[in-house]
Amino acid sequence: MDRKRSFTALIAGILALSACGSDADEGLQNEVVEQYAYVVHESYSMSLASATEMDAAIDALAADPSQANLEAARQAWIAARDDYGPTEAFRFYGGPIDADETGVEGLVNAWPLDEAYIDYVEGAPESGIVNLPDEYPTIDAELLGSLNEVGGETNVSTGWHAIEFLLWGQDLSPDGAGARSLEDFTTAPNANRRIGYLTVASDLLLGHLQSLVDEWAPDVEDNYRAEFLALPPAEALGMILTGIGELSRGELAGERLTVAYEEHSQEDEHSCFSDNTTSDIVANAAGIQRAYLGDLNGVEGPGIDELLAATDADLAAKLRDEIVFSVSAAGAIPAPFDKSLAPGVPDDDPGRVAIFETIVALELQADTLVEAANTLGLELNLS
Amino acid sequence: MILAVAACVSARGDLLVEATGGEGTTTAANREAFGMSARNLTTDERRVFEVGDSFFTQNWVIAPSSTEARDGLGPLFNAQACASCHVRDGRGTPEEDQPGLLFRLGVPDGELSVPEPVYGDQLQDRSILGVPAEGRMVRLYVEEPGVFGDGEEYTLRRPMYEFEDLAHGSVSIDVQVSPRIAPPVFGVGLLEAIPEGDILAGSDPEDADGNGISGRPNWVTDPVSGEPALGRFGWKANVASVEHQVAGAFSGDIGITNPVFPDESCTDAETECSAALGGGDPEIPADRMEKVVFYSRTLAVPARRNLDSPDVVAGAGWFDDLGCSGCHQPVQQTGDDPIPALVNQTIYPFTDLLLHDMGPGLADNRPDGQASGTEWRTAPLWGIGLTETVTGHTFFLHDGRARSLEEAVLWHGGEAAAARDAFVALSSDQRSQLISFLESL
Repeated sequence: MDRKRSFTALIAGILALSACGSDADEGLQNEVVEQYAYVVHESYSMSLASATEMDAAIDALAADPSQANLEAARQAWIAARDDYGPTEAFRFYGGPIDADETGVEGLVNAWPLDEAYIDYVEGAPESGIVNLPDEYPTIDAELLGSLNEVGGETNVSTGWHAIEFLLWGQDLSPDGAGARSLEDFTTAPNANRRIGYLTVASDLLLGHLQSLVDEWAPDVEDNYRAEFLALPPAEALGMILTGIGELSRGELAGERLTVAYEEHSQEDEHSCFSDNTTSDIVANAAGIQRAYLGDLNGVEGPGIDELLAATDADLAAKLRDEIVFSVSAAGAIPAPFDKSLAPGVPDDDPGRVAIFETIVALELQADTLVEAANTLGLELNLS
Repeated sequence: MILAVAACVSARGDLLVEATGGEGTTTAANREAFGMSARNLTTDERRVFEVGDSFFTQNWVIAPSSTEARDGLGPLFNAQACASCHVRDGRGTPEEDQPGLLFRLGVPDGELSVPEPVYGDQLQDRSILGVPAEGRMVRLYVEEPGVFGDGEEYTLRRPMYEFEDLAHGSVSIDVQVSPRIAPPVFGVGLLEAIPEGDILAGSDPEDADGNGISGRPNWVTDPVSGEPALGRFGWKANVASVEHQVAGAFSGDIGITNPVFPDESCTDAETECSAALGGGDPEIPADRMEKVVFYSRTLAVPARRNLDSPDVVAGAGWFDDLGCSGCHQPVQQTGDDPIPALVNQTIYPFTDLLLHDMGPGLADNRPDGQASGTEWRTAPLWGIGLTETVTGHTFFLHDGRARSLEEAVLWHGGEAAAARDAFVALSSDQRSQLISFLESL
């Protein structure tokens, strides 16, 4: 999860400071909110589709644990992450992903991961649920579900990074990703339990993604999308802006980039087992752009961009440029991310320069988002 | 709006100021209202804040782990992250499936309290794989009826506790137990920046002015210097600095060793605890812990709301008339501080930061430093009206026994008994005016 906190119901928080203008304005506002709901549903559907392909690759690995099938499962995980990353722009306002009681974010994307709670790690060869057959005789959905009680305080053992850890193992080399050997799935102690854990975790992830798709599905009377579209448009717009503003600043610029950059903590990167962190960052930045513009798969807006342009064309142009720039700045961060974080790497190292430029770009766009919200008659408080 | 209100009640102007936390005050009034950075931080400072936020919010994990910066959880602990109890930087809940309430333990040693010999000074109810948790507390509430002056009835719930699942046999027969709810975090940097002399000027240990209110400082020992220091934080003003508070919580609550408390909190009886692997020595280094301290100190205080409401204005009058402001002193002034954003700010925490005897009803009967078993520090009231918005609950006081602000007022005794009696004597409308005032905080 990237932050345990969830940002819920901003009903009291997003204040419509002005009665927002004419009927024409309101019409456009409604269109923007509806387009956003389309983008969210489509994005989660794309994520579910590529996660389903990953699940098939994991099933193939389970049926026939070969090096080729292990590689294929890893590649399928990486491909699926590219579709999940953009959906993080739909967090931070208490939607289905991170609502207080029912949000699945902690089960889907929990980070940091309690590796030693799942499987062996260097220095603790017999640790983890995988290696405790007496205590946990059967690894199934029920067990992993019970170990991850929503709302309770438990070690987290599911989601993208649990699957990642099981596919790659710990990243113990400075240059490459984790290098779990095939024997872990064939002849090593508890190999079958490890495979079982992997398939169950993958199934659970599919279930959680499906629930997000369902909550945002069109033409359903009692799902979240229906509730969202019934909100006063100013409130829904405030939530959309809170999501992309918090992802820009507190989460991506702050939590994922500044913390790793400042602390030189080499494994303080989110996809540390696979060394896929740079792709995660680009996917997050692209998600902000997607949510802001309302453009996806050839379907063009209207997005907040159009709404803002109707009031202040210059500000709209500036914000669009900043958001496009931050995506390209993120794309310029060299992989693997952890190489730029090693102790002693100077700040003028090209990797560190690229990370810092991305941080600054995201901070600027967050400040401009606050300004844009004011222009639209909304108050946006970012942490 | 504010000016108009101030003009009406100029004598009580301190009770109706919007910018509660000085220039850093946030206008956020939503679920994140307690988690904002002070609005007057620089960009560089805000980055430090974000790093601190990360180590405050993210779970600590079992060592060894790939995320070396974040491993070392336990062996014994109450929570996996600061934010587990201080939910969204707010107040913890006493609900039993949540980690927001912990229990300090002790046994008497003369007038002082020293750690319980087997279980130490805190009951840690969770542990990593292979180490037994110390035990847990089971709670029972007893309802106690009361009547307002106008005949309306109320009940208060009094908690009773019992140890269960103890890992190393019974606790001492003379054990002292003090339940403590995780308090809200924001504003502590401003409270720390109040000059010591200003706080001491409010103290009146022998009640020389004869108003029934004493106000005593709790002189505690600074864990780093070993020197006496003025306690400001914790339910009994038992901690002198934010750094000490953060270090103590990392050590006692999460099991993270740090420069101030370098040893795991295992007692001699807890051999599995002592044998468990650590996550570095210390598990959080000095510079990183400093960033959590910085974060805690620079969380913004939320602004007041509804100050032009007639009920709020009338409630401010009652707050003053009933004598609440005798201890819940509205205004303070900060002095110098290493963080420029905290310097020379006029703030409205509604506390004198001193100890007061609150009577037998609230007593934990476990002394803490120089605080007696019946004394508690005046709790700051700023932001209290947003508790439900941020945390989803309205449980107040040191153990969360009060289910509403009204119940919290009714539990006041000892030096506050006169103020409470005056509240009980108000009419229903007048009482709700006072509550409206508290909700505007």
